[in-house]
Amino acid sequence: MTRKMTGAKMIVQALIDQGVDTVFGYPGGAVLPIYDEVFQQNSIKHVLVRHEQGAVHAAEGYARSTGKPGVVLVTSGPGATNAVTGLTDALLDSIPLVVLTGQVPTFMIGSDAFQEADTVGITRPCTKHNWLVKETDKLGAVLHEAFHVATSGRPGPVLVDIPKDVQFATGQYTPKKPSTSHYQPPVKGDMTEITALVEAIESAKRPVFYTGGGVINSGPAASQLLRELVEATGFPITSTLMGLGSYPASGDKWLGMLGMHGLYEANMAMHDCDLMINIGARFDDRITGVVDLFSPKSKKAHIDIDPSSINKIIRVDIPIVGDVGHVLEDLLKVWKSRGRKTNSDAVAKWWKQIEEWRNVDCLKFEQTGKIIKPQYALSRLEALTKDHDRYITTEVGQHQMWAAQYLNFEDPNRWMTSGGLGTMGYGFPASIGVQMAHPDALVINVAGEASWLMNMQEMGTAMQYGLPVKQFILNNERLGMVRQWQELLHGERYSQSWSESLPDFVKLAEAFGAKGIICSDPDDLDDAILEMLNYDGPVIFDCLVEKHENCFPMIPSGKAHNDMMLAGAGTQGVIDAKGSVLV
Amino acid sequence: MSALKIKKGATSHSAYNLRPNFSDVIERHTLAVLVENEPGVLARVIGLFSGRGYNIDSLTVAEVDHTGHLSRITIVTSGTPQVIEQIKAQLGRIVPVHEVNDLTVEGPVVERELAMFKVSGTGEKRVEALRLADIFRANVVDSTLETFVFEITGAPEKIDAFAELMRPLGLVSVARTGVAALSRGD
Repeated sequence: MTRKMTGAKMIVQALIDQGVDTVFGYPGGAVLPIYDEVFQQNSIKHVLVRHEQGAVHAAEGYARSTGKPGVVLVTSGPGATNAVTGLTDALLDSIPLVVLTGQVPTFMIGSDAFQEADTVGITRPCTKHNWLVKETDKLGAVLHEAFHVATSGRPGPVLVDIPKDVQFATGQYTPKKPSTSHYQPPVKGDMTEITALVEAIESAKRPVFYTGGGVINSGPAASQLLRELVEATGFPITSTLMGLGSYPASGDKWLGMLGMHGLYEANMAMHDCDLMINIGARFDDRITGVVDLFSPKSKKAHIDIDPSSINKIIRVDIPIVGDVGHVLEDLLKVWKSRGRKTNSDAVAKWWKQIEEWRNVDCLKFEQTGKIIKPQYALSRLEALTKDHDRYITTEVGQHQMWAAQYLNFEDPNRWMTSGGLGTMGYGFPASIGVQMAHPDALVINVAGEASWLMNMQEMGTAMQYGLPVKQFILNNERLGMVRQWQELLHGERYSQSWSESLPDFVKLAEAFGAKGIICSDPDDLDDAILEMLNYDGPVIFDCLVEKHENCFPMIPSGKAHNDMMLAGAGTQGVIDAKGSVLV
Repeated sequence: MSALKIKKGATSHSAYNLRPNFSDVIERHTLAVLVENEPGVLARVIGLFSGRGYNIDSLTVAEVDHTGHLSRITIVTSGTPQVIEQIKAQLGRIVPVHEVNDLTVEGPVVERELAMFKVSGTGEKRVEALRLADIFRANVVDSTLETFVFEITGAPEKIDAFAELMRPLGLVSVARTGVAALSRGD
């Protein structure tokens, strides 16, 4: 059945048919007909952000915490260009988004019209796919296809650019139906390769699971299957930044995060293992360190839904292209049918070695004196919030790494952070998106003061919708990670890496009608955190911390996993000229 | 991905995986990419090559199936085996790409290119140009008292060779179509 309606109405109808309940957006000339339709309905809630970048990050937070695609509606020209950072962020972290942009009317395209930009041209490299819709009759089908592409295979952001005359014109609406698109990425892995991996699991002496965001993107069932596999095999498991929560941090097989600021035991296990089972991770450079020295003794298996991830950085022995959930299901079936075998004696010995590495206690720190250590602040935040229904977002920098190290995640979709792109300014709007999806949950954005200022205008959004997001700012008055690299690489010449002229965060909160809390004394910290938790509304928590704390452990640029810097190490001359060109 | 025409077992059956390790040898591959004929699809393919730093030695594109809305892009590219595998996988990821065929690894292939050469000269040089054109089976498609335009079809190497010979004989300009290629047999 098809129905006639205007393009603008079609857009709202397509969103309703796709089950969308929340849209993040900002109006403008080229989307006025759509906003007129938004005004005349009650099925979809529209969240008015204060900047289009905020809309995209909020939609990312919504998507990561629910597993559903996030939806954004912005105008042409600057509305679209402001969305570019968020699109790129979502592309690198494989977050499903459907971004709708207005465009100047078709007959004005190419004339340098007011607020005209070549949106599909600009966003082609930062979306999974995009469309410019020039006929109202095609709009319905394209919108449904957009949702299909965003959520199928490796998820990602898509953009639909809709000229204003297409919104006004009347056409046939194509309702949602099972996709007839040729784009149908296979989800089942090859059984020969899966069997090869089972054989490797049966004989491995020093195995390790290395999991990533693909487990979370695959859905809650994949996390369940992963837990079952880890418990049944007894193999140790580590995860990338993006994969935290797919295996519970309280599990005894958990080694903690790996990578540049990963845990000592996790990185040492990766370096010395004889079987590495990569599940939904992509051998990112934050993980591998220098590629030539990466895990030299291991056989490597790689489960990934994206064929281009296989052998891109690291050559693997057992490549399995497929969805993590489907592959793990088949893997468990085959492994069980062959008698659930592992080389348990050798694995027990391997665990003894891992225990030795664990005893290094690489995250230990001492809270002495009257200045709050950032590690202490996060430890207390963890202790006081772990029993809550809690979601964490972060900005980018030292605080992000400390949050990954000192906060524990028991479930997937509870941790929203900008991994691939490393977007400062991500966390605050993301926390708004998460809180929209989970109104009764505790949502905390762990931030640095510099990152937080990048999208602080979203305080208005938080206030307008009564979203009690907690902004936990570790304020060291520095661009901490930049400062750390300048200490390591540039002879302690701290070029432009301090935060000058910071606002009074308490007054800033009050100016928006929110609550501000400042804390500088370790003895007051618990009470201050509890005050934040007990306040029913947005809070800016200005936590003044040690200004020159470095984030350890660290694999310095150009070094291998077994060549880590631990806390208290000398920082001069550890990175050679070759390492210093790496980022 | 369905678009990437690698049979069951995915990339494990690709030529790259037959090699023991990442090799430094630069190889030349001819890829045939079947795409949905929609606006911007060529920009997606070219943007992929420039954005990821891959080489394009030659590129041709035209619609090959009007009713099915399909175009065929033939790309000649060069890189290490790892890079070639990446290029194919990355092409396969583009949503409007239906099929990626690596003609170079899939068996014997016929490659043809059409070129036109304008050669200007008089006397002995002009006669020599015409004689060589005859040997290369190039046709004269335009002539003045001082110039010829030759049309030649063949493998790129043949056209390169013809260009080398024409250069000292008064070569003025060249237009080449880029490679069109098909696999031999079924």
